[in-house]
Amino acid sequence: MAATSQQTFNQQLKKYYAFYTGGFILFVILLAIAEQMGLPRKAIGYVFLFATIGLYAGIGVMSRTADIAEYYVAGRRVPAFFNGMATGADWMSAASFIGMAGGLYVAGFDGLAFIMGWTGGYVLVALLLAPYLRKFGQFTIPDFLGARYDGNFPRAVGMFAAILASFVYVVAQIYGVGLITSRFTGVEFGIGVFLGLAGILVCSFLGGMRAVTWTQVAQYIILIIAYMIPVVWLSLNITGVPVPQAVYGKVLERVTEREKQLTADPVEQQVRDIFKQRAEAVDAKLKDLQASYDSDKAALAKKLDDLKASAVPEPEILAAQTALDDFPKNLDAYQAKLTVDKATATAKSAPPKPHATPFPGKDEHARDVARRNFLALVFCLMVGTAALPHILMRYYTTPSVSEARKSVFWSLFFIFLLYFTAPALAVLVKFEIYTNVVGLHFDHLPAWVQSWSQVDKTLLSIVDVNGDGILQLPELTLGQDIVVLATPEIAGLPYVISGLVAAGGLAAALSTADGLLLTIANALSHDLYYKMLDPSASTQRRVTISKVLLLFVALIAAYVTSLKPGNILFLVSAAFSIAAAAFFPALVLGIFWKRATKWGAVVGMVVGLGVCLYYMVTRYPFFGINAAKWWEIDPISSAIFGVPAGFIAIVVVSLITPQPKRQLQELVEHVRYPHLRGDIDTRAT
Amino acid sequence: MELSAKHREYWRRNLALTGVLLAIWFVVTFVLGYFAIPLAEVNFFGWPLSFYMAAQGSLIIYVLIIWFYARRMGKLDQEYDVAEGD
Repeated sequence: MAATSQQTFNQQLKKYYAFYTGGFILFVILLAIAEQMGLPRKAIGYVFLFATIGLYAGIGVMSRTADIAEYYVAGRRVPAFFNGMATGADWMSAASFIGMAGGLYVAGFDGLAFIMGWTGGYVLVALLLAPYLRKFGQFTIPDFLGARYDGNFPRAVGMFAAILASFVYVVAQIYGVGLITSRFTGVEFGIGVFLGLAGILVCSFLGGMRAVTWTQVAQYIILIIAYMIPVVWLSLNITGVPVPQAVYGKVLERVTEREKQLTADPVEQQVRDIFKQRAEAVDAKLKDLQASYDSDKAALAKKLDDLKASAVPEPEILAAQTALDDFPKNLDAYQAKLTVDKATATAKSAPPKPHATPFPGKDEHARDVARRNFLALVFCLMVGTAALPHILMRYYTTPSVSEARKSVFWSLFFIFLLYFTAPALAVLVKFEIYTNVVGLHFDHLPAWVQSWSQVDKTLLSIVDVNGDGILQLPELTLGQDIVVLATPEIAGLPYVISGLVAAGGLAAALSTADGLLLTIANALSHDLYYKMLDPSASTQRRVTISKVLLLFVALIAAYVTSLKPGNILFLVSAAFSIAAAAFFPALVLGIFWKRATKWGAVVGMVVGLGVCLYYMVTRYPFFGINAAKWWEIDPISSAIFGVPAGFIAIVVVSLITPQPKRQLQELVEHVRYPHLRGDIDTRAT
Repeated sequence: MELSAKHREYWRRNLALTGVLLAIWFVVTFVLGYFAIPLAEVNFFGWPLSFYMAAQGSLIIYVLIIWFYARRMGKLDQEYDVAEGD
């Protein structure tokens, strides 16, 4: 009976989402026709923004619920295939969608650490966690820690780490939402943040996990279509084959050849030398900070006075005025600005980084350090993937253990589709820029270069440094995000596809933010309020409290985001290291080692998290301490120390504390078998 | 409840399978990663082999590992009578 109704449900879902996908494609085609008939670009941006947010809100309204199991785990009847799609959207953030291909463009081989780390982690999820957590079958990850390690203390530590990791991550997502909305509609960053937030809230507020799940499936479909269309088209233009992933090896060969030409070219060398001199000049200023601060400021003031005295057009005077106004207000700011200038000039004075070469470096030692950091980063991202609560939580929503296992497969499959495309996109865009942009006369540059350099200087700017009228590689400055954002235009597609890409980026950011906010609100309402403060609360009350908390957390996150803290990549990687060090050892040993005790887990989580945070705070430049690094490992990979420390602490403390009571050992046996006749039942209702 | 010998064997076989698959995961990720510099000399349809593995090959292997695990465990569940009923 139950099996047949599940099957009907599955069939219905497939039908609905097939209709939805068809409808969405039709919508894009209609917009394309409207564009041909003269619909302005800004209008297209607005239509995409409001149509997609309205769509997500609609799904949210349709799946509204006050039932506790529906609210927390979508009724535990999400089929493996759809849970895979939802996990894919939950997983792929603004950073994956907009930033990753650009990161790979800049970093070449070394950037592939993100590709491997963010996919390989699912092997750990599948083999070590998902099926067992599904068998346990409650609502949150701290739930498992509380039950397995017998008490509210382990639960509280888990709750704290879940909130910390998710909050850091959600700030990065909301930042992405604000950036995309403001770029494509021209509204202010702060307004963009709150617009996006409205979309997130309507959905998760009304229907909790149930609404979030069905919205995420819809968002996955949009984001994957939006990612694929421009890449396939670009590949068709360059290689004549519409499967970029299969053929970009040949393009990579040509990129490598072109890199050698650019390195040997005397004019390119001349421009690099100019940047080298600039770097040296900035360096000299850095050595005599006070004097150069005064003279730089005086020079700007004098220039303004001279311009005012002579009869030059108004814009020039205004520009000089702005330059003076923007001049750093104090020595610290001045020094920071010079340091950035020096790094930029130094980077531009080096020949192009060989894209295909692993761990390039000036000597054996530099290459070794690069390799060490690459492997450490891969490790941290993988273990972090297998410990992020908003991902693990998704496997509570499948109907059975075997569906949970299949669901991890579908998750990684859907993630894989985007992740094996991003390196291809990076190579194709690099080829385009190295051959069809660099070396051209400034008057003959492709239209997209001209238009983007007018839209946003931080994304793309060109300056003829040596005055020869030809663009050399160092004269071009690219922002990471341009790679994905400009691909439709590079491929010669209409603007409607650019709008589609923005909608895809928005879908990626919103879906991840949805999952994260829900994790935080659930940790507070379920673990803190219901399990610790008021275990007799009615289900009605629990759902209401959860919804109110969701609202508060969202507003606090949006407020923190509007302060624009740190850079996105650091926030994201910090979240991974925190989750990895705090959760992974306690979760895995809780399932695979019956002897792990309450105090072992508590000490292990605290030590793991402590080591990780300590290394991050004392080594990451943002905090200003900059202590010497251990084995020259960058602070982005701080979990490489936190995870082993956590494992060792759990094992040592467990062995010196009395073994867990019989009941807990039975719980461990219980989660290891999908079904035991006459067994206890831990499922929450 | 008391676990039977059959139950224990199921768990042992699960551990063995998990161990083997994790070993493959480790070799693909960290051993190939460690030897990326010499492997870059090998040309694989235009890609240097280490670039191909990091950008695509290892991802395909990860997907296959998880697919195989789900399939194999589904069979083991049946064989040892621990599959969910409904």
